[in-house]
Amino acid sequence: MLGQVITILWKDIQTELRTKEVITSVLVFALLVLVIFVFAFGIGESPVNEVTPGILWAALTFGGILGGNRIFAVEKENSRLEGLMLCPVDRAVIYWGKLAGNFVFMLFVAAVVTPVFLALFNLPLFLPALPPVILLAVAGFAAAGTLFAAVAINTRARDIMLPLLFLPVAVPVIVAAVEATGLVLAGRPWGEMLIWLQIMAAFDIIYLVASTLVFEFVIEE
Amino acid sequence: MAKSAPAPPDAAIEARGLTKVFGDRYALRGVDLSVGRGEHLVIFGPNGAGKTTLVKILATLVKPSSGDVWLDGSNLRARPELVRRKLSLVSHQTFLYDNLTVYENLRFYGRMYGIPDLERNIREVAARVQLETRLHQRAGTLSHGLQRRAAIARAVLHDPPILFLDEPEAGLDPRATSVVREILGSVNTGERTVIITTHNLERGLELGDRVVILHRGQVVFQAPRREVDAAGFRRVYDRCTGAGR
Amino acid sequence: MRNGKSAVRDSFLWGLGLLLMLAALYMVFAYVPTEKNTGIVQRIFYFHVPLAWVSFLAFFITFIFSILYLGKRAVKWDALAHASAEVGVIFTTLVLITGPIWAKPVWGIWWTWDARLTTSLVLWLIYLAYLLVRGLTAEPERGARFSAVIGIVGFIDVPIVFLTVNLWRTQHPTTIVFEGGLTAPMLATLLVCVTAFTVLYALLTWQSARLKTLEAEFRRLTMMQTEKEE
Repeated sequence: MLGQVITILWKDIQTELRTKEVITSVLVFALLVLVIFVFAFGIGESPVNEVTPGILWAALTFGGILGGNRIFAVEKENSRLEGLMLCPVDRAVIYWGKLAGNFVFMLFVAAVVTPVFLALFNLPLFLPALPPVILLAVAGFAAAGTLFAAVAINTRARDIMLPLLFLPVAVPVIVAAVEATGLVLAGRPWGEMLIWLQIMAAFDIIYLVASTLVFEFVIEE
Repeated sequence: MAKSAPAPPDAAIEARGLTKVFGDRYALRGVDLSVGRGEHLVIFGPNGAGKTTLVKILATLVKPSSGDVWLDGSNLRARPELVRRKLSLVSHQTFLYDNLTVYENLRFYGRMYGIPDLERNIREVAARVQLETRLHQRAGTLSHGLQRRAAIARAVLHDPPILFLDEPEAGLDPRATSVVREILGSVNTGERTVIITTHNLERGLELGDRVVILHRGQVVFQAPRREVDAAGFRRVYDRCTGAGR
Repeated sequence: MRNGKSAVRDSFLWGLGLLLMLAALYMVFAYVPTEKNTGIVQRIFYFHVPLAWVSFLAFFITFIFSILYLGKRAVKWDALAHASAEVGVIFTTLVLITGPIWAKPVWGIWWTWDARLTTSLVLWLIYLAYLLVRGLTAEPERGARFSAVIGIVGFIDVPIVFLTVNLWRTQHPTTIVFEGGLTAPMLATLLVCVTAFTVLYALLTWQSARLKTLEAEFRRLTMMQTEKEE
C-alpha cells in the first residue's frame, strides 16, 4: 500500500516537473499575495508587528487553494481517475497518494515564499523554530484540502467550491500558524509555541483519519 | 443489505437485477447477465441504451442502484479491490498521462497492479500492440490510434482474465482500426473472457460467441452467435430497438 | 401514510411547541426583571443563547444522520440531515444577527471575536457549504453523499475551532466580557427559552424531513410511471 502511495506521488511529481505550469503559477501568485497585502496594509517600511505573520499565511493559504484545485483536475483529463479507480487498491490509497503530492507541492511553495517573506521584512533567514510550524500547518492544509478538492471537482462550480469548503474548516490551522509564527518572529522561547503546534498536530491527525474514512464515498460514482 | 446466494461457479461474470438511476433517469432497469469463462460476449445497442453504464458497473467503477454482480465467484459488494486485479477496461478514454511517456505510463500502472519483472512485461506488451518504437514518446503526442493501442497495452499488462472493451474501435480512422483489430485478435485468445460493446453490427458479430442487445436499460435480445442469422441480424436489431417503441 | 393517530400526535406537538413559545415570550418580556447593568436590550440574551445552543445541536444531528446516510443510504437519513442543516442555518443566522443587536447598545461595538460568536460564524459558513455542495452537484444522490461528507468533517472541526479561538482570545484579551452572574429568575427564563427553541427546532426539522422524504418518493414514483408509459 505504501508502495502504491509513493507510486502515485512520484507520478504526480514527474508530471509536474515536465510542464512546471502549476508550480510556477502558484509561486508567482503566492508572491503576488505577499506584495499586495503589504500595500493593502500600508506597512512597507514598518517594523514587524502583529500583522506580519498573517501576510505570510495569507500567501500560503491562497497559494495552497490555487494549487489544490489542480490535484484532481489533472485526473479528470482522459478519465485518469477512472484508471486509478480500476487499480486493485483501497480508495484511501488514492487519497494518500494525492495528499502526499499536495503536501510536497505546498512545502515547496512554502520553502520559496518564506525566505522571500523574511527578506522583505528584514528578518533573519535562519529561524529553526519556523519549519515545524510550516510543516504542521501545511500537513493540515493538505489533509483537508485534498478531500475537499475531490468534492469540489465534481460540483458545477468547481473553482469556487474548494475555498468555500476549505477556508472555514481551516480556521484553527490558520489561527495557530499565525500565532506560532508571530511567536517565532518575536524570538519567544519554544515553550510558548507548543500549544499552537499541538492544536495543529491534533487537527492534522483528526483530518487525516476522517478523510481516509470518508474518501471512498466522495469518489464513487 | 440482504445476503445474496452465491453465483454458479463456472460463470466468469454473473449479474442479477442490475438497476442504475442517474438523477431522474433509469440507465439500467433490471439487467440479468451471465458470461462463461473464456466467452466473448458482444453487447449491441443504440446510444443511451446503457452499454457503458453496464460495463462500468461490471468493471467496479460504478455502484449499481440495486442488484448484484459476481466476478469470478466473488460478490462485488464485498471486497472489490481484490477482484479488480482480475479485470481491465479499454474505453474511448485512454486513462493515460499525456506528459509521461508510454513507458512511464505503463510503469505507473504496472506498479499500481504490483506486476513483477515489470521492465520485461512492459516490453512484451508494447511489442504485442506494436508500440515498441514509441515507448519513449510522450503519450499526449501520439495519434488517436496509437493512444488506443497504448491503452490496450495498459489494459493487458497485468494479464487480466476478464477484459472489457467499450466500443474499442470508435473514433479511429480505417487504418488505425485495422491495426487495433489485429491487436485485439491476438490479445483476446485463450482463456480470457471478453465483453465488447459496439454499434457496428457486422463487426460485432465477427467478434462474439454470444450476442446481447441492450435497449433503454434492458436486455431485449440474447442468443449464441451460431443461432444468429448474420444477414437478418439487422432486422432483428431494428425490431428490438426501433420503431413502435 | 397519514392516519388519524399521527395527525393527532402532530397537533399535540405543535400545540406544545406553541405553548412553550408563549411561555418563553411571557417570561422574557414580562416575568424576568430588567438586568441592571445592561438594560432592556439584555433581554435579547434569552434568544441569542438558546439559538446558539440549538444551532449547535442541529449541526450535531446533521452529523449523526450524515453518518447514518453514508452507512445505510436510506433517503430518510439524508432528509433528516438536510432538514436539520437548513433549520440550523436559519438559527445560526439569527445568532449572528442577535449578537450585534445586543452588543451595539451595550458595549458600543457590532462585533467581537469572542470564541462563541466566532465559532457560530464558522459554523454558519460550514453549513452554507453543506447546502451549496448539495445544490451545485448535478446528480442528487451524489450531492447527498457530498453533503454527508461535509456534515461529518465539518462538524468535527467545530470543537477545534472553539478551543483555538478561545486560546487565541486569551492571548489577545479585550475588555468585553459577555458573562455576568445569572439570578434565579434569569436562569429559569433561560431554561424555558432553551426548551422552547429546542422543541421548535425538532418540529421544524421533523416536518421538513418528512416533506423531503415524500418529495423523493414522489420523484421516484413519477420516474417509474414515466418509464412505464414509454
